[in-house]
Amino acid sequence: MNGQYLSGLAEFLWGIPMAVLHADASGWWIMLIGALVSSACSLIGCFLVLRRLSMLGDAISHAVLPGIVIAFLWSGSRDILPMLLGAGALGLLTAFMTDVLNRQGKLQTDAAIGVTFTWLFAIGVILLSKFASNVDIDLDCVLYGEILYAPFDTVLWGESDLGPRAVWVLAGVTLANAIFVVLGWKQLKVCAFDPGLAQSIGINVALWHYLLMGFTSISTVASFESVGAILVVAMLTVPANTAYLLTERLSHMIFIAIGVGIASSVGGYGLATVLDGSIAGAMATVSGLFFVMAALFSPRHGVVAGFIRRRRELTLEDAQS
Amino acid sequence: MPLIESLWAMLGGATEGLPPWIEFFTFSSINVIHVVLGCSLLGASAGAIGCFSFLRKRSLIGDALAHAALPGVCVAFMLTGTKNPLYFLLGAGASCWLGAVSVDAIVRYTRCKEDSALGMVLSVFFGVGILLLTYIQKTGDAAQSGLDHYLFGKAASLVESDVKLIAVVSLGVLGALVLAYKELKVISFDPDFAGAIGLPRRLVELMLATMIVLSVAIGLQAVGVVLMAALLVTPAAAARYWTDRLNIMLMLAAGIGAFSGFFGAYVSYLSPKMPTGPWIVVAVTSLFLASLMFAPRRGVLSRLMRHYRFRKKTARENVLRTLYLFGERADNWEQGYLLNEILHHRLMSTLELRRALYRLERNGLIVETPDHRFALTAAGVHAAARITRLHRLWELYLTRKLEIAPDHVHDDAEEIEHIITPELEKRLIADLGGPQWDPHEKHIPPVGGVA
Amino acid sequence: MNPPPIEIHDLTVAYHHRPVLWDIDVSFAAGELVAIVGPNGAGKSTLIKAMMGLVPLASGHVNFFGEPSVKRRSTVAYVPQRGSVDWDFPTTALDVVLMGRYGQLPLFGRPRRKDKEIAVECLKKVGMLEFAKRQISQLSGGQQQRVFLARALAQQTSVYLMDEPFAGVDASTEKAIVVLLRELREQGSTVLVVHHDLQTVPEYFDSVMLLNLRCVAFGPVETTFTAENLQKTYGGHLHLLTEVGEKLRQREWRHRNATH
Repeated sequence: MNGQYLSGLAEFLWGIPMAVLHADASGWWIMLIGALVSSACSLIGCFLVLRRLSMLGDAISHAVLPGIVIAFLWSGSRDILPMLLGAGALGLLTAFMTDVLNRQGKLQTDAAIGVTFTWLFAIGVILLSKFASNVDIDLDCVLYGEILYAPFDTVLWGESDLGPRAVWVLAGVTLANAIFVVLGWKQLKVCAFDPGLAQSIGINVALWHYLLMGFTSISTVASFESVGAILVVAMLTVPANTAYLLTERLSHMIFIAIGVGIASSVGGYGLATVLDGSIAGAMATVSGLFFVMAALFSPRHGVVAGFIRRRRELTLEDAQS
Repeated sequence: MPLIESLWAMLGGATEGLPPWIEFFTFSSINVIHVVLGCSLLGASAGAIGCFSFLRKRSLIGDALAHAALPGVCVAFMLTGTKNPLYFLLGAGASCWLGAVSVDAIVRYTRCKEDSALGMVLSVFFGVGILLLTYIQKTGDAAQSGLDHYLFGKAASLVESDVKLIAVVSLGVLGALVLAYKELKVISFDPDFAGAIGLPRRLVELMLATMIVLSVAIGLQAVGVVLMAALLVTPAAAARYWTDRLNIMLMLAAGIGAFSGFFGAYVSYLSPKMPTGPWIVVAVTSLFLASLMFAPRRGVLSRLMRHYRFRKKTARENVLRTLYLFGERADNWEQGYLLNEILHHRLMSTLELRRALYRLERNGLIVETPDHRFALTAAGVHAAARITRLHRLWELYLTRKLEIAPDHVHDDAEEIEHIITPELEKRLIADLGGPQWDPHEKHIPPVGGVA
Repeated sequence: MNPPPIEIHDLTVAYHHRPVLWDIDVSFAAGELVAIVGPNGAGKSTLIKAMMGLVPLASGHVNFFGEPSVKRRSTVAYVPQRGSVDWDFPTTALDVVLMGRYGQLPLFGRPRRKDKEIAVECLKKVGMLEFAKRQISQLSGGQQQRVFLARALAQQTSVYLMDEPFAGVDASTEKAIVVLLRELREQGSTVLVVHHDLQTVPEYFDSVMLLNLRCVAFGPVETTFTAENLQKTYGGHLHLLTEVGEKLRQREWRHRNATH
């Protein structure tokens, strides 16, 4: 009985890399899209995590929904530009409204975030239900995306097929995020580490905060079509935190986060293929596994390393006494 | 009710027979009773229990836990193959629980911060849930259709057994809240103190977490995963504006939650296409926004009004003091002065000055002479002397007690003169030993008199 | 005559639950090494933060070198309390010091070789060169404080505002800081240090500012740091002042009308 389970498990695990290796063309596109989503999100996510704004990222990823619906109704198409604008506006509105409730309304930050994004998301869902016939956006898709069909929505240039639209959009957003992080490196870093210093050396802390929020919204909307609102949160937080446990350098943290994100996309594709389930859900699951591994086995910050260190100290004390 | 009717028409309702927006209130359909009861009880228990996570500044835990319930719901279905609400509650509860424990463990055992822990638990658990959900869907079980409702909620699908379960659990949560009120209060306010006075801190925290988990678990079917968070945060945030007392806050939050649940059920009844959760959230957020604006004392409008009133009072007092200074200079208290003469001495707009004079005249502190001059009445002199006294007392206090140079104290006194209470005034006089002269060698008007 | 490095005019601060500062009116000259001393809650940190524009002023203004402080903020090096930042931040000691150079860099400019050399030099000055590559959470309290000081040095300015640099540091760090402070004074810098330990004031500093909600006394240590002034600073509570401050706080706003 036991042996049967074990061989079943082995077969299951073996199936994951096999699924990746034997992926067809659309499979590779899907993995590329996943990798781009996780890269775009990790670039921004590292700063959100360090500034303890992960939940604002969560809030924005939900709150862009009405922006997307309105952009869709207004432009009547799935053109990416109106959607990016709509989502960007709503993302900034979320950050702004949270700020206003906090300052003018004297409401604590966590509650301000909670009130704001649930409200905006609810309005988005209502708009979507009301205009469901006009809007080609699936409600479930908003939450967990539909990466499976992304490879077939391709860009045509004259006669030639230039590849999936999502790849172009996400590559653009990833590049934009990379440029933002490289150019704003020192401002983002100082604002995250010591806002007091930032202000005292003349950096406009509020401006950089809103810029970060703007890029968060854009990454969210570019990714949401393929992975959905909530799994964007996974890509914003999980790789960044995994990297946070593995390194002491901000620059390394960003590269490790991107690596973890890409690995999660590939692993997620394999897992989803074996289980015949949601690819985006599988990507989040695999990234969660990476985090658990890092939390347990990180050489410096891992639970196991900490346990061994304490044991050694105890035995040393025993030896001394 | 044309408004409701047009709203109804907008929602796409039928118009023959008894209009459904009236029919709803007859509660003739047993289904209506189920849905209304379910949503209201749910709103009440989530609203009340949400107050505690609000006060502990951990409002977003509800968001994370609601998402974390999804894998449990799926596993429960996979194991039992039926849609029994009790199994779902157990599955959702267990999975929420695991989520709560994970958040705690991440914060305690790694260097990741709480917001990260919430974000990760929320998204990874939800991802696992989605993976399982799609797995179930693909295996093609007919009964799985109901699982979709866990994302956005569909109150209309509540049946008697669901409502019974919601009633039992939410009344249980409310009952436990009443029983453990004192312990929950202390633990939310000052957990260290709670431990110090020998309360079983871990146990009470465990209990609070369980109550939140249960409220979330029963809310999923009606409100949905995503918007359950709102029911835990927003009623508490709204209630906080109205009161400074915890017991009243709890009752208000429960009431706000219950009303919103009712409203959501109503809309859902009128337009079965509409998901319930979002309308509950719209209702609860509208109540929140109303509280934010209109609540007495803490509300935005009330604060603006106070500010405005204080500015008016300051302007009036400044006019009085200016007239006092004129009277002092001329040693004549009956003489009137022109608008321009006052404006010349004190920087304020003409409109502001006219308004101040109007009010002062109505209060009998000032009279306007036929040639449009303004003079203090006897009562006016008395009031003006008081303001002047406060100004000079404060100048003296600053120079004598704080050793600030006399040429630096005027601006400060300009402000403080308007906020000193009669009680503080008495203490100032006593502290300074009943002084006669201010630092600028000007006479300090004695209490109840002029120079 | 050159304008003094720091001028504070009628500075009043009323905010949140913090104590209120009343009518601070002093100026500090070049080459002055000043201890700011006073009881807990006297507003010492608030004064420094107000000078840096990190808390709103209710009234008054601060000038650096004769210009409004906001304009010249980057010419002032501020050393915050050690607890004010997240020491888990993934960055090295050298990197933190390099942040001191950021104010002098153009908007998107990256630190150049010269900036790195300055940062290394500053780390050397505080005796931390061997820890340059160390992650900041693995430094001891004293070492973290030295990194903060090095960061301020890297700003290469002539005004230094330090908030309790001696709090919770080891003896060798304390000595190193004192040597550094003297060096800065020799260079003609103006250094303001919030200080807790009354015993060491005469040994470490030239001037002292006694603060308790208002400036009780300011001047050379020999004439100002007297038993009488200390009694005034630490004894004798100004209950009335506190209560009036409380009234101001409850109102949440300040409103002033000017007279001609």
